[in-house]
This record gives sequence, structure tokens and C-alpha cells, in this order.
Amino acid sequence: MVVGVLGIQGGFSKHKEMIDSMGYDTKIIRTPDELKKTDALIIPGGESTTFLNLFDKLDLEDAIKEYSINSPIMGTCAGMIVLATKVDSINYSPLGLINIEVNRNAYGRQKESFVDKVNIELNNRLIKFEAVFIRAPKIVNYGSDCDVLAKYKDDNIMVQNNSVLVCSFHPELTGNNVIHKYFLEKFM
Amino acid sequence: MAENKHFDLVKVGFAEQLKGGVIMDVTNAEQAKIAENAGAVSVMALERIPADIREDGGIARMSNPKMIKEIQKMVSIPVMAKCRIGHFAEAQVLQSLGVDFIDESEVLTPADEANHIWKHDFKVPFVCGCTDLGEALRRIAEGTALIRTKGEAGSGNIVEAVRHMRMVQSAIKKITTLGHDELVSYAKSNGSPLELVLYIKENGKLPVPNFAAGGIATPADASLMMQLGAETVFVGSGIFKSEDPEERAKAIVMATTHFDNPDIVSKASEGLGDAMKGLDIAKIPAEELLQTRGW
Repeated sequence: MVVGVLGIQGGFSKHKEMIDSMGYDTKIIRTPDELKKTDALIIPGGESTTFLNLFDKLDLEDAIKEYSINSPIMGTCAGMIVLATKVDSINYSPLGLINIEVNRNAYGRQKESFVDKVNIELNNRLIKFEAVFIRAPKIVNYGSDCDVLAKYKDDNIMVQNNSVLVCSFHPELTGNNVIHKYFLEKFM
Repeated sequence: MAENKHFDLVKVGFAEQLKGGVIMDVTNAEQAKIAENAGAVSVMALERIPADIREDGGIARMSNPKMIKEIQKMVSIPVMAKCRIGHFAEAQVLQSLGVDFIDESEVLTPADEANHIWKHDFKVPFVCGCTDLGEALRRIAEGTALIRTKGEAGSGNIVEAVRHMRMVQSAIKKITTLGHDELVSYAKSNGSPLELVLYIKENGKLPVPNFAAGGIATPADASLMMQLGAETVFVGSGIFKSEDPEERAKAIVMATTHFDNPDIVSKASEGLGDAMKGLDIAKIPAEELLQTRGW
């Protein structure tokens, strides 16, 4: 099985390191042709405006939408933003592959970025996870076809539907691979 | 990662998110918007771009907070700003303004000729320049979350950026070939903290990301630096000193994403107007070189 990590910009190298260490074949994806040769896709954190700008120029928008019909996608931080149906103050249309509404940089600037322990429900078990929030977005609304897997205080921070898993924090940074493992086992 | 104690989750974690991108120097809100629309991952707010600092002379200081605020209001991408080497009060002001990254930069006139800022004291992450591995490791020991090779800012000439990147990469390779009994002597002669030399011996790379700056003027320059091991590029004077900043900014973004695909770099390079004129490094008087600032 080949796991693709979108590498047009952003935190792709830490995702790749983690998936490599789990024994999967990992490929950095920058074109529609490269995407077709993978079985699952991770869209990392980074700058959502840069992502959406490049999706358009690299014909990745339609390619990812078509891909999602049969293959699972995980999005973290900016990856979550681009997968949403609605995003505040942005000039681009997001991909609309998970029915959530997202506000960008909702916790403030970098000096407000933080790390905290959160509870995540994976396969009906509650797991403690050290979540890293970096200029993080907030999920302010979600559709009835979505399940919430984790909250931080009053905010929903991890949501899934049948084929897409998103979180507002960075599961690739702490060395704990339970979220990647859940995605690759449950969604495949 | 657990073994890398220099991997501050929030600071270095943020630097990781800037990889594969272009960080552009801007001097006003309008330029910042052009940079954001072109796909920049961040903008560096400064009053004068390095080419103009070089031309105008005088003391170059931290930018006016008012201008930084206007840029912060205009764009949603992270905003960086520069403070003088060793000028921790300027850094405190920049942190208070909510700047996302502080560049303790040789482009500004140094405030301290012996010491850099103790960057562990700050919540906002820092980026610092280096010309060789020893300088990079000293800055990491002080708490920088991101290293950039210096190049020669405002020159439009890539030769120094290449030299510095090759120096860093070849020193990393060399350390991995040394025996443990040779590392103390290596650390001593290169002014490198031993603990970080040991980290490189074991991991074959720096504990924080490594970007490139100083002299990048064309899409092919960006591709060159990325192929030499830079993980993102800073473009200063190269964009807004060129004939067509908007198109050039977009082209450099595209060439950075696809740095290893010459067909795309070629297409991105087509139809651009004139690049900035640029300077022969040999003709810059030694006392006017910016890269020698930093200790």
C-alpha cells in the first residue's frame, strides 16, 4: 500500500517520517499523476492560501476531488482548512470534501500557539494525546454526516466522515502515531 | 524526535510548516498583498529591502511598528520582522506586536558586536543566518528555531548563498564520518557546541529546518538552492527590485514547489521581465559585506 503526502508546501516531511517509521511505502505528491499512484492521501499543515493557490495552477483541485471518491484523505491544520466546505475570509474555494465550516488562525498569532493534552475517541476508546496547536483553525460548524472524535474545551478539534479525517492540530510532531495508525487502518 | 531537545514543538513545529515555500521581503501592505496572492508562505516586513539599505547607507534598524501593523492587517499569512543582532529590546517590541517569527538579521546594523540574543527567553520563534555550520550551531544553542544560510543580501548574486549552503552541508557530511574521539577537537576548532556536534554525528542533519537566503533572484536560483538542500527560500530584493514583481513572485513560488522538475522551472521562467541587476561580490568593499556580521 502506498501512502501519499501532499508536498507542494508545508509540514510534509514530519508526516512522511512518521509513516515511513510505521512500515508503509510513502510518496511525496506534487502532481495529479503522482496522486493516482497512491492508496491514501495526507494533506499536511502549512499555508492554506498557498495550497489553494497552487491547487489551481497544478490542476490538483479536480484531481483530489476525483481521488476522494474511492480513496481516504486525512487533513491536519491547513490540510483541514482546504478540505472544508466553508472557510472564513479567503479568496479561494476550499475542496468541500468534509462538511465542516472553519475559521482560520482562530486562536491568534504564533505567540498564542500552544501544546495541551486532549482526549481523543478512537474505536470507542478514549486516548490521551499531546496536541500541538500552531496558528490553529477552529471548526465552528459541522454537518450531520460528521462524527466528532475530540474536543478541546468547547471546540471540536477532530472530525471524520466516511472517507475524510481532519484535525486542527499537528499529530505528526510528537512522535505518537496513534492518529496516523487509526487513519490508515480504519479508512483503508 | 523525543531525543531532539532542540525540537521545540511550537517553535520548530511552526518552522516545519513553512517548508517548501517562499518567504518574501515586503516594505508595505500593498506589496504584502501581492506576495500573499502569489502564494508566499510568509512575508518579511521591513522598511527598506536589502538592496536599498546597501545603497542608502546609514544605520538600519527594526521597522516602524505602524508599518508592521498595517501589513499584519492586510494579510492572513504569517508576518516576520527583523531586529538587529543582539538587540533584545527590539525583539521584545516585535514579540509584543505579535510578529510570528523574528529574524535576528545581519541585514540590519548590529547592536552588539559580541553577543546574540538569548532566544530561549522568547515565546516567538527566531530565525538566524549562518555562513557555516559552527555559526548555525551557536545560534541553535541560543535557541533559534530555524536556520537560514546568509548569502549576500541585496546583491542579486547567488554565489554566496551557494557557498554557505555547501559549507553547511559538507560540514554535516564530514561530522558523520568522524570517530567519537575526534568530535571534541572538531567542536573546539569550529566553535560548535559539542552536544550539537554529537546530534549531527547521530542524525546526519541539523536539529531545526534549514532555509536559504541572500541573492535569490530567479526561479532557477530558487530551484538551485532547494536542490542543494534548502527547505524553503527567502527572497528579498529579488522580487520587488525586478521589472514585474507579481509575475516573478508567482514564478519563484512555482519553481520552489517543483524545484526538482526542470520542465516546470523552465515554464515558470518564461516571459518574465528583467531580474534585478545584481552586484559582483568581488566589487563590494569588504566592510560593506553583510554576511560577515554575526559571531
